[in-house]
Amino acid sequence: MIEMLLVVGQTLAGVALAPGLVGSIRWTKARLQGRRGAPLWQPYAELRKLFAKERVVSHNASWLFHAAPFVVFGTAVAVLSLVPVVFVPTGFDSIGDLFAVVYLLLLGTFFLALAGLDTGSPFGGMGASREMTVVALTEPTVALSIFALALTAQSTNLGEIIRQTVAEPARALGPGHLLAFAALFIVTLAETGRLPVDNPTTHLELTMIHEAMVLEYSGPYLALVEWGAALKLLIFFAIAANLFLPWGVAFTPSPVALVAGFALFVVKIGALGVAVAVLETRVAKLRLFRVPELLSASFVMALLAVLSTFLVR
Amino acid sequence: MKTRHFSSICVGCVVFALAAALQVLITARPLDAAVPAVVAAAGGLLFHLDPLGAFFLAVVGIGGLPAAIYGFSYTEHYEGHRSLPVFGVMFNVFLLGMSLVPCAGNIFTFVTAWELMSVASYFLVMTDAEDVDTRQAGLWYIAMTQFSLVVLLPMFLLLAPAADRTSFADLRIAAAGLSPQLRGVVFLLALIGFGSKAGIVPLHVWLPRAHPAAPSHVSALMSGVMIKLGIYGLIRVVFDFLGGGPAWWGALLLTAGSLSALLGVLYALMEHDLKRLLAYHSVENIGIIFIALGAGAILRSYGLHALATIGFAAALYHTLNHACFKGLLFLAAGQVVHQTQTRNMEDMGGLIKAMPQTALLFLIGSAAIVALPPLNGFASEWMVFQSLLAGTSIPRPEVAIGFPVAVGMLALASGLAAACFVKAFGISFLAMPRSMHASEAREAPESMRYGAWLLADLCVLLGVGASVVVPALYRVLESIDGLVPDPRLTPAPGLWIEAPRALGHLSPALIALLLAAIGFGTWLIVRSVHRRPFRVSDTWGCGRIAQTPRMEYTASAFAEPLRRVFAELYRPTQDLTVNAHPDSPYFVESITFKSEVRPWFEEAIYDPVVRAARRIAARVRLLQSGSVHRYLVYVVVALLVALASVWWTP
Repeated sequence: MIEMLLVVGQTLAGVALAPGLVGSIRWTKARLQGRRGAPLWQPYAELRKLFAKERVVSHNASWLFHAAPFVVFGTAVAVLSLVPVVFVPTGFDSIGDLFAVVYLLLLGTFFLALAGLDTGSPFGGMGASREMTVVALTEPTVALSIFALALTAQSTNLGEIIRQTVAEPARALGPGHLLAFAALFIVTLAETGRLPVDNPTTHLELTMIHEAMVLEYSGPYLALVEWGAALKLLIFFAIAANLFLPWGVAFTPSPVALVAGFALFVVKIGALGVAVAVLETRVAKLRLFRVPELLSASFVMALLAVLSTFLVR
Repeated sequence: MKTRHFSSICVGCVVFALAAALQVLITARPLDAAVPAVVAAAGGLLFHLDPLGAFFLAVVGIGGLPAAIYGFSYTEHYEGHRSLPVFGVMFNVFLLGMSLVPCAGNIFTFVTAWELMSVASYFLVMTDAEDVDTRQAGLWYIAMTQFSLVVLLPMFLLLAPAADRTSFADLRIAAAGLSPQLRGVVFLLALIGFGSKAGIVPLHVWLPRAHPAAPSHVSALMSGVMIKLGIYGLIRVVFDFLGGGPAWWGALLLTAGSLSALLGVLYALMEHDLKRLLAYHSVENIGIIFIALGAGAILRSYGLHALATIGFAAALYHTLNHACFKGLLFLAAGQVVHQTQTRNMEDMGGLIKAMPQTALLFLIGSAAIVALPPLNGFASEWMVFQSLLAGTSIPRPEVAIGFPVAVGMLALASGLAAACFVKAFGISFLAMPRSMHASEAREAPESMRYGAWLLADLCVLLGVGASVVVPALYRVLESIDGLVPDPRLTPAPGLWIEAPRALGHLSPALIALLLAAIGFGTWLIVRSVHRRPFRVSDTWGCGRIAQTPRMEYTASAFAEPLRRVFAELYRPTQDLTVNAHPDSPYFVESITFKSEVRPWFEEAIYDPVVRAARRIAARVRLLQSGSVHRYLVYVVVALLVALASVWWTP
């Protein structure tokens, strides 16, 4: 029972934290670029504003356009509940493993891409086409990273992988671990629409991917879609932080362990956020047709990760 | 006789077949029947329905029932048509043949049922024989299906001499005594013969031709059910008769499967003909089934029986699931084609408003084939991934490379399938109608929807109830000695998929519950926070005045990024002509752009074969001169040869 409450609690904490993560990346980026930048809580203010605004819906749109924001947000929250953010439950995480995580996120993307096509806007279609291209090309890397993780931990469930890595750090930590982390980091950038794959701050429709796809959304729908995107970022960060560097995650529901786990989690994703901010200040956006090269590089890394894990074992 | 009489007969027979299949599946006791008097020299008709056969008979029933119900109104527009009586008879013969294949207990019965199925389906493909494309498709189809028989007959001939009689039980005993080389040859013949029926690359050429030509419920049956009987034959011969084999058998299955999965979906992406697109996806899904079978066979050859069983269960599961969602997709596509009078997606659009139920049906089918949770495609693909991850237990370098590459190819195929079905559903059903016919489309008649709803319900149930389905599949596998060596491995039904020794745990039912609860909860919260109604307005368009369907993103445009990424494979041909005004090259009067993707490897393999066949046919034609005198000479020569051969035989 207490585990159940903790899972609900950490999921809600993650949902609350996600916009702050986006805000902090923006703030860090602004500082690195010599600007003052908006405060950390700016995304919360934006969400509040959007929830109060009117929804404007194209007359071409069908029920799918109305349903998609709920699917996107719902799948993101469901996935977050499967990821051990602060605390590793003993039963709950076995509801779904890493493949379930990947395919649940794909469910959200699938509906969002359809919603992009639903209004008949060429921008929506363009965004949907590009988003699906990028997602399709990241799938092999994701699957192989899962393979590499499962190879050492002998499980595809997130809680079990964390437990195994903490129990036998010598076995888990190796070149394979590092390569899989690098591969997954590139996937994170691609899947969450960050530079160099997609520019989250662009205002030019022709270069957009994610933003073009959701161009027709407004009011609470846009709020849900944006919040869902922030959640996706948090999920990928949490997976990268807790699966590859699991130390600090609480295994027992004692208050000390939970507080320490939460503090360490904030530090870990904060560090990843700074890394992304630095990267986004340093690199330019790739041309769309150069993106596959980046993704195939990540695929090769993931393949090497599996092979080296096989050989080292 | 009216169409509904034919259709009623179908429905009755299929229900009977389903009942028989369920009885065998539940009691796990085989049913036997024999008619020894029919062609007694070949062993007579012998039927033996064991749980594996019953599973495939159930697949026939699950695919056949909705198709037969669907046929009630679909064939109405053929009423009075010359081909209707033939169609009615052949549809029933086709169903009969498919139902008998998994029941067959000896070679004679199997081959007879196999041919009933093949020949009847040829007539069904040729329903619209006035069309040149249909005749072409029919020719390809009959050629490939007879090629499959030509390969299968020597396979049975290799097995038969060692056995006393030709019943399957005798073949099983005899196969144990064959030399390893001969077993290898039998395996290869089975792979080619059954593989061409199943549609693996490069033997898949008939699928994208025959499926669009046939009426939609026939396509649903061919794609959902008939190609699965190729899988049945392969499992029966390779794992039941031969009892599995060395690792290279599995490696071959895995390679063929990975290539089929990836190439199938890649060519589907470039296809704008809705039914051809679905046909290419059948190639993809057969590939996924082969991947699972291959993984199982490799694991088995290393003695890892518990892990191998995950692969075999995944293969059966995906077979069942594919029958449901592919049948559903073809039935829904049939309704669309019926209403819009075209198979070209670029002329559809906006159908979600005119045909809301059909759209929902197609959406459910799409989500299932893309393996989105909590539908059935996800559950079986998860099992396939688990069977591949099990490869980590084999400490060999070739496995260390082969299995991860297969995982990568399967993941890429499933990602591309997602892109492909966003295209198929988005372009056909969403936004504005792109043609006159699309804007005049109406919802399909009720009986056409009933059949499809049956399959849609199954897609949901088989997905959410995966933890009950998997133990049932294990029990089917138990019936074959080669597949589950220890019945204690069979998991108990529960909330979790309990595949023994699998690396992952999954509870599709709880995932579905979680998704529904969170989605509905979010909706309630948003509704209580935000009470204002929404405003309907124009799509934003950078200041343009009117929005027309020509401004929408097209299917070709949607697939363009992926066409560029995989340009090496597609090798698209492009043809661009710009007609400028005679006075100035800057005033363009018209631009024509033509681009085509042709499957070059198909041409590389089949063109020489077709050319050779034509050459031989031209030579043989000399014999058939039309002169009666010459034919009389042939008769005399034949008689003399016959007499001489009788004379010389001791």
